[in-house]
Amino acid sequence: MAQLVADQVPPHEPSGGHGHADAEHAANPYLAHHFDTPKHQFDSGKLGIWIFLITEILFFGGLFCAYAIYRSLHPDIFVYAHYYLDTFWGALNTGVLILSSLTAAWAVRNAQLGEQKKLIFNIVATIALAFCFLGVKYVEYSHKFHEGTLPGRYFNPTHEVWELESYQKAHGQHGSATAAEGHAAAGHEAAEPAGHAAPAGGEAKQPPPGAPVRPRNVGVFFSIYFCMTGLHGIHVVAGIITWGWLLRRAIRGEFGPAHFGAVDYAALYWHLVDLIWIYLFPLLYLIH
Amino acid sequence: MTSPSATADVLTAPAESDSDSYLTHDKGILSWLLTLDHKRIGVMYLMCVMGAFLLGGVFALLLRTELLTPGRTIVEHDTYNQLFTLHGAVMVFLVIIPGIPAALGNFVLPLQLGAKDVAFPRLNLASWYLWVIGATFLLVSLVTNAADTGWTFYTPYSTTTTTSVIPALFGAFILGFSSIFTGLNFITTMHKLRPPGMTWFRMPLFLWALYSTAVIQVLATPVLAITLLMLIVERFIGIGIFDPALGGDPVLFQHFFWFYSHPAVYIMIVPAFGVVSEIFPTFSRKRIFGYKFIALSSVAIAILGFLVWGHHMFVSGQSVVAATIFSGITFLIAIPTAIKVFNWITTMYKGRIHLDTPMLYALFFLWVFSIGGLTGIFLGVMSLDVHLHDTYFVVAHFHYVMMGGSITAFLAGTHYWWPKMFGRTYNEKWGRIACGLLFVGLNLTFFPQFILGTRGMPRRYYNYLEEFQGLHQLSTIGAYLMGVAFVITAIYLLGSLRKPMDAPANPWGSNTLEWRTPSPPAYYNFHNPPEVVEGPYEYADWVYDKRTRGYQRKASHDS
Repeated sequence: MAQLVADQVPPHEPSGGHGHADAEHAANPYLAHHFDTPKHQFDSGKLGIWIFLITEILFFGGLFCAYAIYRSLHPDIFVYAHYYLDTFWGALNTGVLILSSLTAAWAVRNAQLGEQKKLIFNIVATIALAFCFLGVKYVEYSHKFHEGTLPGRYFNPTHEVWELESYQKAHGQHGSATAAEGHAAAGHEAAEPAGHAAPAGGEAKQPPPGAPVRPRNVGVFFSIYFCMTGLHGIHVVAGIITWGWLLRRAIRGEFGPAHFGAVDYAALYWHLVDLIWIYLFPLLYLIH
Repeated sequence: MTSPSATADVLTAPAESDSDSYLTHDKGILSWLLTLDHKRIGVMYLMCVMGAFLLGGVFALLLRTELLTPGRTIVEHDTYNQLFTLHGAVMVFLVIIPGIPAALGNFVLPLQLGAKDVAFPRLNLASWYLWVIGATFLLVSLVTNAADTGWTFYTPYSTTTTTSVIPALFGAFILGFSSIFTGLNFITTMHKLRPPGMTWFRMPLFLWALYSTAVIQVLATPVLAITLLMLIVERFIGIGIFDPALGGDPVLFQHFFWFYSHPAVYIMIVPAFGVVSEIFPTFSRKRIFGYKFIALSSVAIAILGFLVWGHHMFVSGQSVVAATIFSGITFLIAIPTAIKVFNWITTMYKGRIHLDTPMLYALFFLWVFSIGGLTGIFLGVMSLDVHLHDTYFVVAHFHYVMMGGSITAFLAGTHYWWPKMFGRTYNEKWGRIACGLLFVGLNLTFFPQFILGTRGMPRRYYNYLEEFQGLHQLSTIGAYLMGVAFVITAIYLLGSLRKPMDAPANPWGSNTLEWRTPSPPAYYNFHNPPEVVEGPYEYADWVYDKRTRGYQRKASHDS
C-alpha cells in the first residue's frame, strides 16, 4: 500500500514552496496560494457567499417571524396601520431596487467579458440607484417623524386614519373628506379618545360615521416597520460601501475574464437585498 | 510519485525543518497580528480563549466562595448577580463556543484535511478580530456596572435593569458574527479544499464534527444576532416588541433566544465529540468502531438540535402539544449521542490502551459527559422538569456537559495537539496529576449540586437555607480543587514553551494527516496536496521508535 505521498516541504527548499501550481500562480497575481486554479478560487468564493446569504436570510428571518406572529395575533393593527404608509413611495423604491439589480447583474457580465467602461458605468449606476432608494427612504422616514407614526410608545399620530388620503381612497368616502378638514358640524363623539392626539388644527376633529376605531398598540406595527426597513436600509448602505470598493478596483482595471469573482459575489448579495425588499413591500404596504 | 521509503525518511526528520516552521517563518508582533496563516490564528485564539477562561474561572471561584455561607460571605447580592452573569457570558461566548472550533479547529482542520489553509484566510483573521472586539465590549460592561441579567438576557428584566446591558448584548452580537464567519470558512474549506483521495468518508471524525458544528453556527447564530439586536433597540428606545404593555411578547424573546441557544449547546459539545473520536482510536491502537455511525450521528445531532428549543420553556406557558413534541424530540437526541458513546467504548474493547494525558482526559470526558447527558433526559421529561426547573439540578446538569464535556475535551485536544502546535512535549507526570485532580474536583463541585437541586435549592440565589450549607461547602471545595488543577496545567503547559523543541512529528502514532508534517508544522503545511489512499484510523504501519520518542511509518509496504 502506498499511503500518503509527497505531503511535505522538502527540507532543502528555502522557504516553503507554492508547489506544482507555481506557473498558474505566477501568471495570476489574484490567485491565492492555497487554491490550485482561478476556477477553484472562484467556486470556493461562490460557495462562501451563498452560505453568507443563508445567514442573511436567517438574520432577517427573526424579523419576518416576529411579523408573522404579531400579524396573526393582531390583524386589526396591521390593517389599520398600513394606511399610514404611502404605497407610491414603496412601489417607487421597489422599481428602483429592481432596476439596480439589473445594473448589478449587467456589471457581472461586463466584468466577465472585460468590458471596462461598461463595468464602471454599471457599478456607478448601481450606486446611484442605491442612493436613490435611500433618498426615498429618507422622505418616508422624515414624513413619519413629522406625522408621529413612530414605534411602540412613541406612536402619536397627528392624523387619524380616516383623515388619510389612502384610507379615503380605499373606502370611497368622499363625504368624510370634508369632515377630515375639521369644518363639519359637530357630530356624535367617537368612543375612542382620539382627539388628544390631533393637535394639527388646534381643534378636536370629528370622526365620520363608520370610521374605524383605533386598536390598542398600533405602535407595534411601526416597531416592526422601522426594524425591518431599518435593517434593510443598513444592508443597502453596506451594499453601497461594497460597490464603492469595487468601483475603485474596477477603475484600476483589476477585473476581467480571469478575475471577476468579487463583482459576482457583490451582485449576489445585492440581489438578496433587493429580494428582501420585494417581500417587505407587500407585507408592509399592501395589507388588506 | 515519491517512493514511500523516501517519504518516510523525510517524515522522520523533524530537525531539518525546524529552520522554517510556522512559528519561526516571520518574526515580530505584527507578523502575528496581521497573519493570514490558520495555524497562527488558531494559536492566537487558543491564548485568548485561555485568558478568558482564567477570567471566567476567577468569577466562578468568587461565586463559590460567596456561597460558602448563607447570606453575605464576601460580596453583596447585587455583585453576586453580576458575577454569575459574567461567569456565564464569558464562559459561553468567549470560551466554550470558540474553544474547540476556533482555537483547535483553526489549527487542525486544514492540516487534517491536507489543505494549505482555510478557504478564506482574511475572513479567518477578521473572525479573530471580531472575537477581540466582542470580548472588549463584554469587558466594557464588566467595568461599567456589569449586567446582572444572567447570560440568557431574559426580558422584561433585561430591558428594565439599570446595569449596562447594552455593551454586553453588543459584545455577544459581535461574537456571534465571529462564530458565523468561522463556520462559513470551515464549511467552504471542507467542500472545496479536500486533496485528491480525501473523500467525505475518509475524513477524520474531528472534521465531521467540525462540519456539523459549522452548519449549526451558520444556521442558528444569525437568529441570536437579530434577537440581541431587537433587544438592544427595545432597551434603547422601547419599541415594545418584547413589552406586553405595548403589544409585544416577552415569551417571543425566549423562543428566539433558545432557537439559537439550544443549537448552541451542540456548537459546544459536538466538537468535543470530534476530539475524543480522534483520541480513543489513537490511544487504543485500534481502528475506530462504527466510523460512519459516529460521523453521521454528528449530523443527526446538528439537525435534531434545531427542534428541541422548547424544552427550556416547559414552564413559560407554551402549549401542552408543543411541549410534548419538544420533549419527544429531546429524547430522540439521546440516540445519536448514545451511538457515539457505545462506539467509543467498543473502539477501546480489546485495544492496547495507552493512558497518556490526552487519553485520560478522553476517559474523563466519557464518564462525566455520560452523567451530564443522562441527567439531560431527566430534564426533558415534562413532569419532572416542572419540579427541577431553575434549580441546582439544572446547573449541575449543564456544568457536567459544558465543563465535564466541552472543557474536558478541549483539554484533551489541547494536550493531544500541543506537541504539534508548539513542537514541545509537556511534563506527562504533572499532566496526569492535574487530570486526576480535575476529575475529583469536578465531581465534588457538581455532584452535590444534583442533590441540592432535587431538594429544592433554586439556581442563581444569593442566600439559602441553613440545611443546604454542607453540600454548598463540598461544592466550593471541589471548585478550589479544580482551580489548583488548572494552575498546575497552566504552569506545565506554558513552562514547556521555554524548552527547546523536542517533540517528534508523531508522538502518539496517529494516522491523520497533521502528524505527517514536522512538529511544529511547516509554514505551508504540505508541499503538494497529499494523496490519500486509506481511512484515518489505520495504525498497523506505525511503529514506536525509541530514538525519536515518536512513531514512524514502516516503509516496507508498497502497492
